[in-house]
Amino acid sequence: MAATSTTPSAGPISGSRSFLSRLREGDEIARIITSLFAFSVVLVTLLLVFELWHGSVLSRHKFGFHFFVTSIWDPNSGDFGALPFIYGTLVTAFVSLAIAVPLGIGAAIFLAELAPQNISDTLQFFIDLLAAVPSVIYGLLGVFIIVPIMREDIQPFLKSTLGFLPLFTGPAYGIGFLTAGIVLAIMVIPYIVSVSREVLLSVPRDQREAALALGSTRWESTWKVVVPFARTGIMGSIFLALARALGETMAVTMVIGNTPTISASLLSPGYSIAAVIANELGEATGDLYLQSLVELGLVLFLLTFILNGLARLLIVLTAQRGSEMGRT
Amino acid sequence: MRMKRFAGVALVVLAAAGAIWAQGTLQITGEGATFPYPIYSKWFDEYHKKFSNLEINYQSQGSGAGIKAVTDGTVDFGASDGPMNDDQLKAYSDKHGSGILHFPTVLGAVVPIYNIPGVNAALTFTPEALAGIYLGRITKWSDPAIASANSGVKLPATDIVVVHRSDGISTSYIFTDYLAKVSPDWATKPGKGASISWPVGLGGKGNEGVSGLVKQTPGSIGYVELIYAVQTKIEYGSMKNAAGTVIKADFASVTAAAAGVAKTMPDDFRVSITNSPGKNAYPISSFTWLLIPAKFTDSHKRDAMKGFIKWAITDGQSFAENLSYAPLPKEVVAKELKAIDKIQ
Repeated sequence: MAATSTTPSAGPISGSRSFLSRLREGDEIARIITSLFAFSVVLVTLLLVFELWHGSVLSRHKFGFHFFVTSIWDPNSGDFGALPFIYGTLVTAFVSLAIAVPLGIGAAIFLAELAPQNISDTLQFFIDLLAAVPSVIYGLLGVFIIVPIMREDIQPFLKSTLGFLPLFTGPAYGIGFLTAGIVLAIMVIPYIVSVSREVLLSVPRDQREAALALGSTRWESTWKVVVPFARTGIMGSIFLALARALGETMAVTMVIGNTPTISASLLSPGYSIAAVIANELGEATGDLYLQSLVELGLVLFLLTFILNGLARLLIVLTAQRGSEMGRT
Repeated sequence: MRMKRFAGVALVVLAAAGAIWAQGTLQITGEGATFPYPIYSKWFDEYHKKFSNLEINYQSQGSGAGIKAVTDGTVDFGASDGPMNDDQLKAYSDKHGSGILHFPTVLGAVVPIYNIPGVNAALTFTPEALAGIYLGRITKWSDPAIASANSGVKLPATDIVVVHRSDGISTSYIFTDYLAKVSPDWATKPGKGASISWPVGLGGKGNEGVSGLVKQTPGSIGYVELIYAVQTKIEYGSMKNAAGTVIKADFASVTAAAAGVAKTMPDDFRVSITNSPGKNAYPISSFTWLLIPAKFTDSHKRDAMKGFIKWAITDGQSFAENLSYAPLPKEVVAKELKAIDKIQ
């Protein structure tokens, strides 16, 4: 994000001298070493995909595309389908974003634009602290605090007021998609706030001053000038949060109910990809069973990959629109 | 699963390096069941105190992982809460040219726990009631199948919320093994296994996940390991056993379950002791096994392993009750002592 144009890039300059002299001065050594580090990341990713691909040969050949569309998961009969897990992963991730995005961005605007410096820094300290809490702690928080509240108060309330929607039907167990989404939201809010605040703070001062000089109020300059300017970075923070929500294992498995069901109701118990892998890998006997779990890992990788790609696309599109807006 | 193999190889290399460095310290590695881990680590520790030149390292990764590791040959021995099936034994002998031996070490049990508002009495479950509840056919606490075994207890007509373990684990294996024995319907579908396709209910992660859900959800029923119920002082229900006795799980009734099948026990010890015929036997009990290769290439390791098993099933049993495991009955110990000679 912080690529600045003041530092000279190594490429053009190093090209003008001989390899040996560059080697002697150390530039070439630094370049080789750092590029090795950079490419090792790519290598690890490729190795991961290869292992997941290679490790799921049996189940890919046996189930083929049906793996994605069947909802039976029965280790005893050897039938495996990923649909309920894909569904649960996506639903909990999107519920969490629906809650975390407005809250997180709102908090970031306050911290960056409206709060006094010392309050902003203090709050930011606590938010960074939240981001560092291990997920099993959030799971415990979910089991012992959020689940009882959901079962006693929130779910009965949702059923009595919005019960006509298919989203809020069925018995109120306390656990399920909605609870998992809420716990995930609490976990990803710090990411959205931290990154968005940094992005908002880096919006040039003259943007704000220009808006104020044109007679806009403080809020108008924030909402109509600063936030649109920082849109790309805010979008980035949301997708960071999405990635975290998709892959979260421990906190989700503790509150989602661990039942492979597909239900329109957010109150229903469900299951997610990361949770089923963590739960069943240790005792998975038989090659097909084990390989089906590995294939689930591949599916999760694909999901993350596709959503990340869409995110990039969205950023490119909105960035273009932003610069067009800037020109007119 | 290549990673696992790498990890295994790395472990072996490390162990080998450690062995050279420690000059004469023999290192034996094992992997497997999590349920007996507390007593195994106590045993390895105590045994190391007796023989300081022997170190046994044990990774509690789960029974499935233990069977896989010993078959792959990345560890010296495995451990499992369920016996290896014929396919797994064949896979082992195809690869190594010799067999694998099962040695029961201690006993565990699974107990039903429940939370019914207004009911404080200890409940008794018949096999039919328990299977009916977990099949989703009995849905109310006031169902005659439950009430008939609990005369004098007023059961409400509320819905039953069924809770099971979500992490594939021996607790579920033992529980479903029992249900498959007492209910023909359960045996056809969903069947027995560490992870199965449950007909109804919510999945809780770990003993604490199940007991947490049961504690919080009015009208719920779940199952946990006896050890966990004893250590956290959770009230649990009694079972009606195969002889018709109402029995509550404790060390004596679990050991009695093993004694009940001792006479008919096959020589390879691969036997399920759920629904044991003994009069005082608790029906949802199980052995946990060490999986020992029948042929060792390293004679030092072989002798050390034989010595350890002999100690564990005799003197080592005195550590069991303190850690809430039921000790092996004498008949089984006597039979095992003979079987140790099969290790070559």
